[in-house]
Amino acid sequence: MDYTLVIALEMVRAIAWLVLLSSGLAIIFGMMRIINFAHGEFLMLGGYTVVISTGHGVNEWVAMLVLAPIVVGIFGVIVERLVIQRLYGRILDSLLATWGLSMLMIGGVTMIFGNSVTGVATPLGGMSIGAYQVPRYNFVLIFAAIALLLIIWAVLKFTKAGLIARATMQNPDMSEALGIPTRWVYMATFGIGSAVTGFAGALLAPMTGVVPTMGVNFIAQSFITVITGGASIITGTLAAAGLLGSISQGMTFLTGPVYGDAALLLAALVLLRLLPQGITGRIFKKSL
Amino acid sequence: MEKSVIRDPGFYVMVGIGLAVMFIAPVMLDLFTIMQFTQYVVLSVFALSLGYIWGFGGILSFGQAAFFGLGAYTFAVASINMGSTTIPMVLAFIIPTIFGAALGYFMFYGRLSDVYLGVVTLVVALIFWKLINHTAGPEYSIGKARLGGFNGIPSIPTLHIPGDTGAWLDPAQMFQVFMAILIIIYIALRFLIASDFGRVSIGIRENETRASLLGYDVRLQKVIVFAIGGGIAGLAGAMWATYQSFIDPNSVSMEMSAKALVWVMAGGVGTLAGPIIGCILLQWLTLKLGTVDVVNSIAVLGAIMMVLVLALPKGIVPTAKMLAMNGWTLWNRRPNRDAVTRKAVKHE
Repeated sequence: MDYTLVIALEMVRAIAWLVLLSSGLAIIFGMMRIINFAHGEFLMLGGYTVVISTGHGVNEWVAMLVLAPIVVGIFGVIVERLVIQRLYGRILDSLLATWGLSMLMIGGVTMIFGNSVTGVATPLGGMSIGAYQVPRYNFVLIFAAIALLLIIWAVLKFTKAGLIARATMQNPDMSEALGIPTRWVYMATFGIGSAVTGFAGALLAPMTGVVPTMGVNFIAQSFITVITGGASIITGTLAAAGLLGSISQGMTFLTGPVYGDAALLLAALVLLRLLPQGITGRIFKKSL
Repeated sequence: MEKSVIRDPGFYVMVGIGLAVMFIAPVMLDLFTIMQFTQYVVLSVFALSLGYIWGFGGILSFGQAAFFGLGAYTFAVASINMGSTTIPMVLAFIIPTIFGAALGYFMFYGRLSDVYLGVVTLVVALIFWKLINHTAGPEYSIGKARLGGFNGIPSIPTLHIPGDTGAWLDPAQMFQVFMAILIIIYIALRFLIASDFGRVSIGIRENETRASLLGYDVRLQKVIVFAIGGGIAGLAGAMWATYQSFIDPNSVSMEMSAKALVWVMAGGVGTLAGPIIGCILLQWLTLKLGTVDVVNSIAVLGAIMMVLVLALPKGIVPTAKMLAMNGWTLWNRRPNRDAVTRKAVKHE
């Protein structure tokens, strides 16, 4: 009984993990049809923000929940102004440019902080379920994923900004004709997407430690989740994360973590063969 | 590429330079320089593989290193097990080709769009890299060859004359063999591109819908192009493995895929000379920068990539060609045309 509970908890945590990893990317992809190849490095930047600010005596929750999103969000806006905005309409070029940015960031951060892992203490400690020890932090991750999705949903559904965003997502030309400055919408989108990514990176930091090359370990999972999900930000992310999270976690239980990622990829390939536009390209088409 | 290969002077220039380097370099240069050159030759083959599928098939693969690494590991495992290097070299072409066809089936028969294609190819290479990195234990071995995980596979056999496992090639001979492979692949690709098959791929690159409305099977065509590119990359990987007599997961890394992209971008997409020139130029630059040791090489690679996308999207060879063409037409116009026609030309 306890064991089943632990496994169920691990499953939910794996799904929450994928949701956190890929939400920022999904926001940018859903709105702009661009995959930010520097996504992993944006996560890394969020992690480093936590390390540096807690090193200067800032409370770790403040660093995670407030500072990391702000820092990475601002960085995202700068990147959008300097690079991305010149490449609208040239999707492949924007992928290449963001990949260049990713390497530039890895190299740059290595030059500044060195190529070593800096640990962050996991807050809250552990608790026991029967004979098993479970970190309380897992619940923070699950709660954060749920809260994040709820906030995105509420913003898109009930605010003026969300209305503008949905209009731009559906038909950028028509929105432009109706007087919406789509270029500014894209800039804001990229900034918000980056902020969410920074938030995710900050939450990951205590679990993995931070190192300049940490991004590489997460991008496979987040890219796969976003493209299998398709263009709908919330439904897509949730459906893909649910499906792929359970597959990879199941595989991890059976064979160990190495084949978890491979199983993730195989499942995604088969799925994309059947649904080339992602899950929300065919099913739940009109959803958010 | 519309004109036939036989009538293109650029083709003869490239083959001529190639043959000249192949025969003169070993006589003129010292051993160390020859080995440097060998590295450029191997990587040029790798660059050609991406240059072909991107420039002439419209397939932008972000994970070309997956094939490079697959070829390298195939060669390493097979040659250590067999003791000979001839069949492993062939295998290093065939297995990545088959893998390319299988992956291509999923991607092109699913009609994935550009962004999805880029992400899937990248992720395939990434997961291959992760898997290889985790094979350090002794339980991961194929026959006599231990995969070695992040430690790599050491003591991979040097090439020998087919049929005679004792007759190893010395570095100068190896350089000549590799140069011959590069020239053969260049010529083969030029003729492939000029053939009906190649013209159809270019048509698909230009307008996929139109090509399929004209009755061509876009999906099959793309799978074949992608598989050929995979095979060539695999061959390059095998050459790399035997040249270094060592192979590790870095050959599958994202950096390797990115390098190929940067070479092709720098040289010029849609040419075959471009990727080779881009590869040699940038590898040489990396070598020079490596001796400075102040700046991180990955940061430099990334910066070059961004600058190329933003400032020189066409690449060196097409830009140079355009400038040369403009100069040539200006030069031709000057003597035998009066002011009136020149004005008319300007207004066109």
